[in-house]
Amino acid sequence: MDFAWTIVALVVVMAIAWRFLGSYMVSVYEGRARWLSAIERPVYRIIGVDPELEQSWQRYGASVIVFSGVALLVTYGIFRLQGALPFNPQHLPGVTPALSWNTAVSFVTNTNWQAYSGETTMSYLSQMGALAVQNFLSAAVGIAVAVALIRGFSRKGSHTIGNFWVDLVRGTIYVLLPIAFVFAIVFMSQGALQTLAGPVHVHDVLNGARQVIPRGPVASQETIKQLGTNGGGFFNANGASPFENPTGLTNFLSIALILCIPVALTYTFGKMAGSVRQGAAILGVMVIIFGAWLAIASVSEHQANPAITAAGLTHQPAGNMEGKEVRFGDTTSALYATASTQTSTGSVDSAEDSYTPMGGFAVLTGMMLGEVTPGGVGSGLYTILLFAIITVFIGGLMVGRTPEYLGKKIQAREVKLATFGVLVMPVTVVILTAVAVSVHAGRAGPLNAGPHGFSEILYDFTSVTNNNGSAFAGISANTAFYNVINTIGLLLGRFAIIVPVLALAGALAAKDVVPASAGTFRTDKPMFMGLLIGVIMIVGALTFFPAVSLGPIVEQLSHGKFF
Amino acid sequence: MLTNLGRAILLSAIFFVLLGLAYPLAETAIGQGLFARQANGSLTSHGSVLAGQSWAGARWFHGRPDADNPMATGGTNLGPRSTVLVKAVRQQIALLQKAGITPTPDLVTTSGSGVDPDISPADAYAQVNAVAKARALPVAAVRQLVTVHIKQPQLGFLGSSYLNVLQLNEALAALR
Repeated sequence: MDFAWTIVALVVVMAIAWRFLGSYMVSVYEGRARWLSAIERPVYRIIGVDPELEQSWQRYGASVIVFSGVALLVTYGIFRLQGALPFNPQHLPGVTPALSWNTAVSFVTNTNWQAYSGETTMSYLSQMGALAVQNFLSAAVGIAVAVALIRGFSRKGSHTIGNFWVDLVRGTIYVLLPIAFVFAIVFMSQGALQTLAGPVHVHDVLNGARQVIPRGPVASQETIKQLGTNGGGFFNANGASPFENPTGLTNFLSIALILCIPVALTYTFGKMAGSVRQGAAILGVMVIIFGAWLAIASVSEHQANPAITAAGLTHQPAGNMEGKEVRFGDTTSALYATASTQTSTGSVDSAEDSYTPMGGFAVLTGMMLGEVTPGGVGSGLYTILLFAIITVFIGGLMVGRTPEYLGKKIQAREVKLATFGVLVMPVTVVILTAVAVSVHAGRAGPLNAGPHGFSEILYDFTSVTNNNGSAFAGISANTAFYNVINTIGLLLGRFAIIVPVLALAGALAAKDVVPASAGTFRTDKPMFMGLLIGVIMIVGALTFFPAVSLGPIVEQLSHGKFF
Repeated sequence: MLTNLGRAILLSAIFFVLLGLAYPLAETAIGQGLFARQANGSLTSHGSVLAGQSWAGARWFHGRPDADNPMATGGTNLGPRSTVLVKAVRQQIALLQKAGITPTPDLVTTSGSGVDPDISPADAYAQVNAVAKARALPVAAVRQLVTVHIKQPQLGFLGSSYLNVLQLNEALAALR
């Protein structure tokens, strides 16, 4: 019953975010929000940007790449030099080159794959000045690209798609910073850490226990990690750590923060493209797939864990509690995991590696569908719009008519770009997984034996290439092999999609709008929504069914067998 | 390109100051001002209520069989068909039975954080008889102690009902 109320509360909060955060983001990206211009204007002056001056898609894309490249170097540099920099009460040494590279790429691509344990690796400066800063900026880049694509639909005969620097600055200071700031205070009130003091040594005279408790500026990082669908934990346990996510309330807020921007962006999209109904149709598709996957995950995690049953404890009324926190319970943890893997967040409040076979199936395949329901901040919207273009193309093939989407003729160039953008992820995941299982260094990674070990490898590459960042965390990913090969997935999964999306934005913006006629395939109707769901499912299933069969599915079917 | 490069460097510097220093330091000031106890780790004289500890012996309520090392958090990551997990759970069941405690799922499994500070009401009630016997206390008094320490879900539905093991044991120590 509590879980049902949690869902109801989440739906209410999301409805409010959709309508009001959605329209607020319209005013932000159309330049009408001005309440922080005291910060915004001086920034433009320093970096020499005229906010009225717009860019072509090529210039917009070049700015994205150059900015991300510089962010990568700065982040890498801070990790390497942290031993000599301030805010390092634990006197941690510089991070090794391979791990610094992996982590810098991971955070700049909005992934937050973590091959390290925060409590023993990162100084407070690295956490605040490198990791948290990239949590803001990679999120703002993602939203900027999505907004550029929206402008492609909302404009006609235009050679520009906005100004990247303006979109980046506005998204950061008008959207991400205020929301993260307010909710960090709530997190602190619940018990999230926020201090610059070093670890505390405790000695309990009652039981003789001695502990070293690491601390740090956690709350400020926690809220942006969720809001920006980044997911990198301050500590290794991520959102399962009581110091990051202390209560049922912070757990609920985490889920709401993860989902609010991706959901609200569908309103922003509809409003800017001239029809809120178009955005609602996209949102409907997201909700249907999300709901289905949530059902699989929560029902599966409410089942008994086969290993615990085999050990002799058959009565497990609270579901599978291995790897879960008592204060959250089974189904709420499954909700968190679904939210985290259907977006590009990847934070966890429970150990997904210990989920039941079908629970693990749900989180793994949630990412495999391309993280479009609702997907990461910006990346979810622009990726589902690629699927939408393929959908109208297939619809057009059926009736033999040039397809249109939002009044734009979808022609060979657009279809090619959309197809490329959609296929980058599956192709990369399948190839990298094949490479890893073929070499010794790859097979050395998994902790678990049997099909679950394969699932750990498959999950790794699915996660990095989707810029998710969660893990079947038994895998030992802090090795030279995984640190380097994972960055291939990270970079391709980010930039090999962003570039075609911006090219698409440019191509669409330049087109004229054709008025809808009686023969136009309506894209705000259930018929389109059903077809779009079908396309997302078919692309995902065709690519990944063989691989998933070898992992979670065979694990589910091997009753009574242990590895 | 050069202007792009210059802008990227300048903007990175600006955001480092704004998001990497000003934002977390302002939050730290707020946290230390308004919620100093929570922001510094929810410490009592016996440790942190947010970091589980190992409670050995029959005189205390036990938490989950976690490693309880806050410097190395995380779950075991053992899969649902892991023989290692089967063996570990079997051992834990035997340990509990030897101590006169009926095993419950939380008391034989490890958590996601590895420092889960809480147990469910069922886990606590399962230990009442053993604790009462070891301390020569009336069972009803220990049971009552458990009941008053149950934390209900926030707003009535967020999260589970649970007890904080450290707070429960602190109260137990104060009983006599």
